[in-house]
Amino acid sequence: MRPMSSVRPTRREVLKGGTVAAGALILGAYVTLPRRAFAQAAAAPINYDPNVFLRIGDDDSVTILSKHLEMGQGVTTGLATLVAEELDAKWSTIRLEHALNNPAKYANLAFGMQGTGGSTSMANSWEQMRRVGAAARVMLTQAAALRWGVPPAEIEVEDGVVLHRPSNRKSGFGLHAAAAMALPVPTTVTLKDPKAWKYIGKRVPRVDSVAKTTGKAVFAMDFRRPGMLTAVVRRPELFGATVAHVDTAAALKVPGVVEVVQVPSGVAVLAKDTWSAMRGRDALRIRWDTTHAETRSVEEMLEDYRKALKAPGLVALRRGDAGKGLARATKTVQGEFTFPFLAHAPMEPMNAVMERTPDGVEMWGGSQLQTFDTGAAAQVLGLKPEQVTIHTLFSGGSFGRRANGASDWTAELANIVKAMKARAPVHLVWTREDDIRGGYYRPLALHQVRAGLDDTGNIIGWHHQVAAKSIMIGTPMEPFAVKDGVDNTTVEGIVDTDYALPDLTVEAFNQKTAIPVLWFRSVGNNHTAFVMETMMDELARAAGKDSVAFRQALLAKDARAVAVTKLAAESAGWGAPVPPGKGRGFAYHHSFGTRVAMVADVSLVGTEIHVERVVAAVDCGVAVNPDLVVSQVEGSVGFALSTVLRNRITLNGGRVVQGNFNDYEPTRIYEMPRVEVHIVPSTEPPSGIGEPPVPPLAPAIANAVHSLTGQRLRSLPLAPVNSSV
Amino acid sequence: MVTLTINGTEHVLDVDPRMPLLWALRDRLDLVGTKFGCGRAQCGACTVHIDGEAARSCSIRVGDAAGKNITTIEGVTGKVAQAVQKAWQDLDVVQCGYCQSGQIMSAIVLLAAKPTPTDADIDSALAGNVCRCGTYVRIRKAIHQAAKELA
Repeated sequence: MRPMSSVRPTRREVLKGGTVAAGALILGAYVTLPRRAFAQAAAAPINYDPNVFLRIGDDDSVTILSKHLEMGQGVTTGLATLVAEELDAKWSTIRLEHALNNPAKYANLAFGMQGTGGSTSMANSWEQMRRVGAAARVMLTQAAALRWGVPPAEIEVEDGVVLHRPSNRKSGFGLHAAAAMALPVPTTVTLKDPKAWKYIGKRVPRVDSVAKTTGKAVFAMDFRRPGMLTAVVRRPELFGATVAHVDTAAALKVPGVVEVVQVPSGVAVLAKDTWSAMRGRDALRIRWDTTHAETRSVEEMLEDYRKALKAPGLVALRRGDAGKGLARATKTVQGEFTFPFLAHAPMEPMNAVMERTPDGVEMWGGSQLQTFDTGAAAQVLGLKPEQVTIHTLFSGGSFGRRANGASDWTAELANIVKAMKARAPVHLVWTREDDIRGGYYRPLALHQVRAGLDDTGNIIGWHHQVAAKSIMIGTPMEPFAVKDGVDNTTVEGIVDTDYALPDLTVEAFNQKTAIPVLWFRSVGNNHTAFVMETMMDELARAAGKDSVAFRQALLAKDARAVAVTKLAAESAGWGAPVPPGKGRGFAYHHSFGTRVAMVADVSLVGTEIHVERVVAAVDCGVAVNPDLVVSQVEGSVGFALSTVLRNRITLNGGRVVQGNFNDYEPTRIYEMPRVEVHIVPSTEPPSGIGEPPVPPLAPAIANAVHSLTGQRLRSLPLAPVNSSV
Repeated sequence: MVTLTINGTEHVLDVDPRMPLLWALRDRLDLVGTKFGCGRAQCGACTVHIDGEAARSCSIRVGDAAGKNITTIEGVTGKVAQAVQKAWQDLDVVQCGYCQSGQIMSAIVLLAAKPTPTDADIDSALAGNVCRCGTYVRIRKAIHQAAKELA
């Protein structure tokens, strides 16, 4: 990994500004160097004023203002757990609200701007939210002592109750809240000894379960304002095309349609309800200028990527001498691996509501990078960032899609608000087709790798080339996240591999296309881990060694990595004979600070791969809520499985072929394997869990298929298996 | 004018009878617990009960729903619904939660018809409900738990 200091500003610079530029700086740096970010963040001054993060009600309720977006991973429950632990609050009194956009108060300490992602929510909040809770506890204690005229040292706080035993007085938090919150925030607080934890490391119920099982949870899609219009946008079928001419006459005749406006991304139809807006859009007649459009098919693009690899690439890493090693290798393993464009397809399509106010605008949406979204809306509308208020609402999934340096859906909505004559609030709604065909895909990627073994089965050279469009180049993150032309998100998972590979060369080849790309759950790791881990399997076999033992020898210097591989292997019965007709495969990967090993058991139904069981072991430091850790592993398996089996975006003359869940089909319940999750007990600070279980799944399955059929499948989605092999 | 009976209440709506029921529920009646996921009966996020059967409201025209008993997540009542919702909460099934109204509506219909479903029954009854967060392991568990609770 490259050194952090060259790209990371001081914490002070970050916190005082909270501007888009400062945010970009840290986000990029973070993505580049996730593991070091934790250490840096921990060393920085932290805002732990309880007035910023919580509100204690007269009814003794404790409302926590979440600086992170709840998009499913349970981060709001996690943040509440940290606060409640040190506050000694009663769990049933905990309420959650998303904080407004205010990066000075609500920065992600790993990013330096307000935002959620990179599996950082627990890691960056670990100290901060516990300190908030501890400070609030001290302030409540002082207020109670003043009210009751007793020394603070005699006050106890327990399960939501403030107690003074000598005088037999007790009360809830509400009685003291107003006085407590007016007190100075203590400059130092003592955090609990882990042995005293009541919530951390235990299962507490999710704070959002009731709302989400009764239809009461409010997602952006459900948000309503009086007089609100709904907008749908016709965007070009070809990426990079623009509107040449639009005939709005027929659209304006559709009942319910109020207005049609042109925006940079296409043509927006505004109507009194969603269905009328869609019908109005159907009636638009648009001629597109396709001069700069992408018209290649995916196969043609891959052929171009392949050609690019013949020239020297950008050196992402050169350690030792891969060429020399390969020259004296007694065995070499080599292969080409391809990965398709992927749409994130969260269940709630992109949407948000915006309304002009006397002071600026307000937006309600599943905003994931509030600082960028604030900047984008301000820029489009000619406002100052402080004139843009963002109310963050639950989001129906994201998987990376809602976190966009281009803030595409926020900017599109702001452009509609800017262009429209009506002064009504607007709800921009994307349909599923808009989503699947809307770009910002996981980049198409092509790897070519050659690795050599000596006569004792040691890896003595590894040459790795990756061609893909950079996620960072052309975004606000570029100046900080791209070094010497290399976007780390293209090669992460290779350049920072845990395996001892002394002779490793990694080259990146930045490819150009008008198709916009974006991080997709686990970012570069979702393709690099597949290559690394299927290569490891193949190399172990070529060396005549057990593939788990082969890995463990290369991980020997990392005790945590070895422990994770052991736990997964032992739990899955690795080494025992696999029943006839079944294949078993192993994979290990370390991303976002978390080590995950997986064992997949597969069988074949005709030529189709059936994944029967996945056994996972994870080391994510302290599991703040072990049940949520388990649910993230289960969910990651369910999420990633369809990318292993079938998901791909293809292009016909540049037009996206897929359009909905019929031809871009997520995993369905009948395909869901059994999932067993084992957590390594740890006292280390928490690391990520939303993304790290994704990368090992695909290689574990591919390795299992190989063990069953002898077929080496090197591309995703996995091709139909030849069961006669 | 179309008259719809939703959650036991009659609503007279001035809408085009071709409007999908989903949009009448969401945009005209503010019953937003029923979700828009795909618009083509591919994901089940919009599942409601029509005369006791699970139906995809995105693909049923308001005109065709007239005169039928429509139940949405806001209106589910009774032992089965309570057991399902409780099991969902006890096991913390939800992640993003967007699909879960639909999952729960399908689960209620299954348990009403089959009090002790097998995994295969569950997989078949909920095949049309997509959860992008992949909560299927817990959906199966929760349905079994609700079945036990009801037994």
